[in-house]
Amino acid sequence: MGKVLMKGNEAVAEAGIRCGCRHYFGYPITPQNEISAYMAKNMPKVGGLCLQAESEIAAINMVLGAAASGVRAMTSSSSPGISLKSEGLSYIAGCDLPCLVVNVQRGGPGLGGIQAAQSDYYQATKAMGHGDLRLLVYSPSTIQEIVTLTSKSFDTSEKYRVPAMILTDGVIGQMMEAVDFDEMVISTPADKSWASCGHGDQRKKNIINSLYIEPEKLEAVVVARFKRYAEIEKNEVMFEEYMTDDAELIIVSYGITARICKSAVNLARKQNVKVGLFRPISLWPYPSDALLNLAKKDITKHFLVSELNMGQMVDDVKVSTHCLKPVSFYGRTGGMLPAPEEILAEIKKILGGKA
Amino acid sequence: MTKSILIAGTGGQGIQFAGKQLAGTGLAFDKYVSYIPSYGPEARGGTSNCRVIISDEEIGSPVFNKPDILMVFNLESFEKYEPMLRAGGILFSDSSLVNKISWRDDLNGTYYIPASGLASDNGLTGMANVIMLAKMLAVTKIFGRDEFLDHMLESIPKSRAAMIDLNRRAFNIGYSYK
Repeated sequence: MGKVLMKGNEAVAEAGIRCGCRHYFGYPITPQNEISAYMAKNMPKVGGLCLQAESEIAAINMVLGAAASGVRAMTSSSSPGISLKSEGLSYIAGCDLPCLVVNVQRGGPGLGGIQAAQSDYYQATKAMGHGDLRLLVYSPSTIQEIVTLTSKSFDTSEKYRVPAMILTDGVIGQMMEAVDFDEMVISTPADKSWASCGHGDQRKKNIINSLYIEPEKLEAVVVARFKRYAEIEKNEVMFEEYMTDDAELIIVSYGITARICKSAVNLARKQNVKVGLFRPISLWPYPSDALLNLAKKDITKHFLVSELNMGQMVDDVKVSTHCLKPVSFYGRTGGMLPAPEEILAEIKKILGGKA
Repeated sequence: MTKSILIAGTGGQGIQFAGKQLAGTGLAFDKYVSYIPSYGPEARGGTSNCRVIISDEEIGSPVFNKPDILMVFNLESFEKYEPMLRAGGILFSDSSLVNKISWRDDLNGTYYIPASGLASDNGLTGMANVIMLAKMLAVTKIFGRDEFLDHMLESIPKSRAAMIDLNRRAFNIGYSYK
């Protein structure tokens, strides 16, 4: 197939199909409608199902049902729609089911706006529903990376039986750039002996459930789940470092904002300002150890968090780095994007006379 | 080389087609490319615009506010974006639809092409976008004439083969317009 020009929304849909996902449940919302449109056009060609549900809530519960039967299932929405899915996601986490949810973020809170934002960071990484639960959260910076992370999401989600989210935004969803599907590693679905599907009375029945009336039992189930979370935190952290070796200031940024910050780093380097970029790719599990290692370096003087919200990741950086070095924030919100020059100005303000 | 191109007009004028053709040709010639459309309510019958970057280097943000090249297809877009052109930038305006000229003295060129008029005079109504693209390429040389034309004609589906000749004619009119 070679390199093709594709929107992020189309690429995540194509990648899902290539991963063997044959069950997609959607509901329209800007700026992610191309996902549903692509699925509607292409799922039937491979014998798959693209169903437009009556609501976001219905769609996520259809994902629950499909995932419980052992198939790769997927849904997508944008911020307000993701809030509606939070109850279903909590049930999915409580049932230990794998699935993929794509959030093409737009401005909030409330109906907010329709331009790109990253203001669902807290929701995705801290509280994607009630109860003690975690989601695998991946943040792609390029269309190519959306494809890689779709495959990664299905694999990791199935391996640990934890739902996965691709947390992207309106710019990545809407923009077109080159993508090469030949580079994609197509995964083999994991063994799903736990699935609740037809077996003609050949085995003991499997029950998928999130209700445990006896507190002793519920505690044991949650504790066992957290042992899996600990494994994920040990094995599944993903991040990228760019020019951090000799950097005095390290920008911490993800997704679309990390691209803009990379341009800012290149601008700064042309002026001999020693800046680097640390880009978390997995937002949960968070790359805390790698950040702490950077914080311990003498050369590192300062961290600057940049994202399309009011600073939701700042605390994660402070906690990860044990507050060894100061952490500042620069971001835009409501659908606005910073220019690389704005970030460069912030860098110079922080480094002051030293730059 | 990095060129940022903003194309703006009204829904239905082929703004997005023009942007995708530029990005697609860039991809075919191994450039880094990005394309991002305007989306949402403004795309429904109102203004339509897209931003394209063609570069030899990895692209940071696909969104920019100071284009190197601006192509406008209505007065509203002229008024909104002409002041945003980068100093040293180049303006291309469909003068059949925009009755204003730029008074900026820091631009590297201003081209007023009566593209919509040329299109309808030649039985090519709706193809002002291709006429403008051709003129822009003749001036900026971002791609060679045949490089772009061949790629554009190849991208036309077989079911619409009649469009190939029309596009070629529109392109030739724009490319040779003085």
